[in-house]
Amino acid sequence: MNTETIKKEENKSAKTERISGSEAIIRCLIAEGVDILYGYPGGAIMPVYDELFKYQDRIHHVLTRHEQGAAHAAQGYARISGKVGVAMATSGPGATNLITGIADAQIDSTPIVCITGQVPSHLLGTDAFQETDIVGISTPVTKWNAQVTKASEIPEVMAKAFYIAKSGRPGPVLVDITKDAQFEEFDFKYEKCTAVRSYNPIPKTDINQVKAAAELINNAKKPMIVWGQGVILGKAEEELIAVVEKSGVPAAWTILGASAIPTSHPLNIGMVGMHGNYAPNKLTNECDVLIAIGMRFDDRVTGSLDTYAKQAKVIHFDIDPAEINKNVKADVAVLGNSKESLALLLSELNANTHDSWLQEFKDLYAIEYDAVIKGDLLPEKEGLTMGEVLKEINTHSKGNAAIVSDVGQHQMIACRYAEFNLSKSNITSGGLGTMGFALPAAIGAKMAEPDREVVAIIGDGGYQMNIQELGTIFQQKVPVKIVVLNNEFLGMVRQWQQLFFDKRYASTEMTNPDFVTIAKGYYIDAKRVTKREELADAVKEMIASDASYFLEVCVEKEDNVFPMIPSGASVSDVRLS
Amino acid sequence: MSQEIKTFTISVYTENNIGLLNRISAIFQRRHINIESLTTSQSEIKDVNRFVIVVKITEEQAIKVVGQIEKQVEAIRAYYHTNEETIFTESCMFKIKSDLLFEEPQIQNIIKDSDSRIVTVNKEFFVLEKSGRRFEIEELREKFEAYGIMQFVRSGRIAVTKDEMKVSELLEDFKKL
Repeated sequence: MNTETIKKEENKSAKTERISGSEAIIRCLIAEGVDILYGYPGGAIMPVYDELFKYQDRIHHVLTRHEQGAAHAAQGYARISGKVGVAMATSGPGATNLITGIADAQIDSTPIVCITGQVPSHLLGTDAFQETDIVGISTPVTKWNAQVTKASEIPEVMAKAFYIAKSGRPGPVLVDITKDAQFEEFDFKYEKCTAVRSYNPIPKTDINQVKAAAELINNAKKPMIVWGQGVILGKAEEELIAVVEKSGVPAAWTILGASAIPTSHPLNIGMVGMHGNYAPNKLTNECDVLIAIGMRFDDRVTGSLDTYAKQAKVIHFDIDPAEINKNVKADVAVLGNSKESLALLLSELNANTHDSWLQEFKDLYAIEYDAVIKGDLLPEKEGLTMGEVLKEINTHSKGNAAIVSDVGQHQMIACRYAEFNLSKSNITSGGLGTMGFALPAAIGAKMAEPDREVVAIIGDGGYQMNIQELGTIFQQKVPVKIVVLNNEFLGMVRQWQQLFFDKRYASTEMTNPDFVTIAKGYYIDAKRVTKREELADAVKEMIASDASYFLEVCVEKEDNVFPMIPSGASVSDVRLS
Repeated sequence: MSQEIKTFTISVYTENNIGLLNRISAIFQRRHINIESLTTSQSEIKDVNRFVIVVKITEEQAIKVVGQIEKQVEAIRAYYHTNEETIFTESCMFKIKSDLLFEEPQIQNIIKDSDSRIVTVNKEFFVLEKSGRRFEIEELREKFEAYGIMQFVRSGRIAVTKDEMKVSELLEDFKKL
């Protein structure tokens, strides 16, 4: 590696010490502030685990029950804390099992570093036992990856890995280390990476673009903000609230942007996208200026691009130049870190209000309330709804819980109805839509922020995709709360089958085991609720518990999630039934 | 923006690291874009490689692909250019039976007129090298084909641009950090 291509933090006090590659890996992790990592041992990573054993007072290794669980736990850790999550696995199947989590982290911009063991360098390319080309396999789903075959390369590659994972638009990095490099001794010294020559993580914000944006906003009659995770990743929550309050612009959020502004804020007008709120979807096609902040116009947000906000001037704030004009053409593009660009915007904005425009959102909310929300939250039918479970969780957690949801109907309900007082509270697999995400991600989230209430909300399908992580919860005594909303269906697919495939329920019906018995098998307190009158007390008991707790709620089998923008339809064609 | 499919030359300046070829080619594969040719070599800057990639796409696609390439950590800069904006050439080699030089007098005239160069001659075969535009190479190949070609190979396009790339300045700025 050419050392002139990166800049390092000078560390004059650091002495050079002769240690093994494995010990160096642990020392690099400690130097980067890693206190917890998730992983699974195996042949090609054993020297590192041997060192972990010696360092267990300084770095806590969590043995998950599957490497996919380790990757998602690292994601949950990163999403709630803003720090880099770390997962470790052996070569071959260990490494390939990380891939789903890595792909999820890539599309949701989550900073994680994955360390994989590799067969000794002299066996590379020989189809050796548990050899797989993990660098090749992970290339399209990593922000950066590298293979290390010499111990002396470890400090620089690890420093680069952490720097790249967390800087700019964050993402996953994989470092593959051959077993001989783990054993080899060398003169170790660690210096953090501060810059990479070919990499410009934060493009400079052009004040003229900020001024152009401010002018559009100041003159707008019907402006609307849609913010995404870029606000949370840029730690720009305060700046966003200040911009919203000064300009009086109604603000909606994407799934990954949820919780950056509290749910109760009067200018928070709800979620956009396929199962988002009626008003912000409808009015996307009525606004005169659309201000997109740290979001990427995903197809689940925009519906058909041909009919998306065509009447509006579009202002796009983003840290990633490749997002500008990728899906929606921007009239004004403001590059840079959201914290800085929103602070600059704030000083250019006029104080304003948009009361009659805001009233349009409220009027449409009233329509959505009558058609959908009332029935979800205050049902009069016999069967339990997913919405009323969320309502109870809001009540008993007082809106302070971090909600970790899986993928499907329950996820949409969780995102729609969870009340968030605090940022980084909605942890879910957005871009990749990874069933099985929530249980391990909740472990990572709870371990990163033990003082926060962490409630995993999972469907009966996704729960069984990583149910083995109950073992991790039991062994590590992670006081995470697990709610399974059981409708005995792969509910979202069933909903689509009902709406678009003439109710042909192909392979979506689930014959489920006794989930309560399974949880109890792991010595986790568990309860099943089948009746409305049991729900409030059960949720209360769960939230009050100091230990991990499993709650199964048997909900109506064939409920649908509305509103809904059918795939490929326009946002203004959002359906209420 | 024009939706017309045109030939674009994409030039990428990169660090010289293992795996980057895979990372860059995957960007095309993922969008179902066929790479017409791809050449990589040392650039004018020490330790900096240059990829020259030829694709037939729309300008909108070219802009997006260049954006995705630049997003790669080890890609320094990427550009797209039309044929008119570049000076480009390809190179090829013919391996032909030496007997033909004596049996077919016309062969010698073809060689003379073709602006090509004899690399080696021995009793069995001779090797001819020619650089130029694709149509010139194709013309020559068709002429030889009548007499029989033992082997033929053609390189991908190499190209320099008429305008400046300013990559050196970018790298100088890094040194000042």
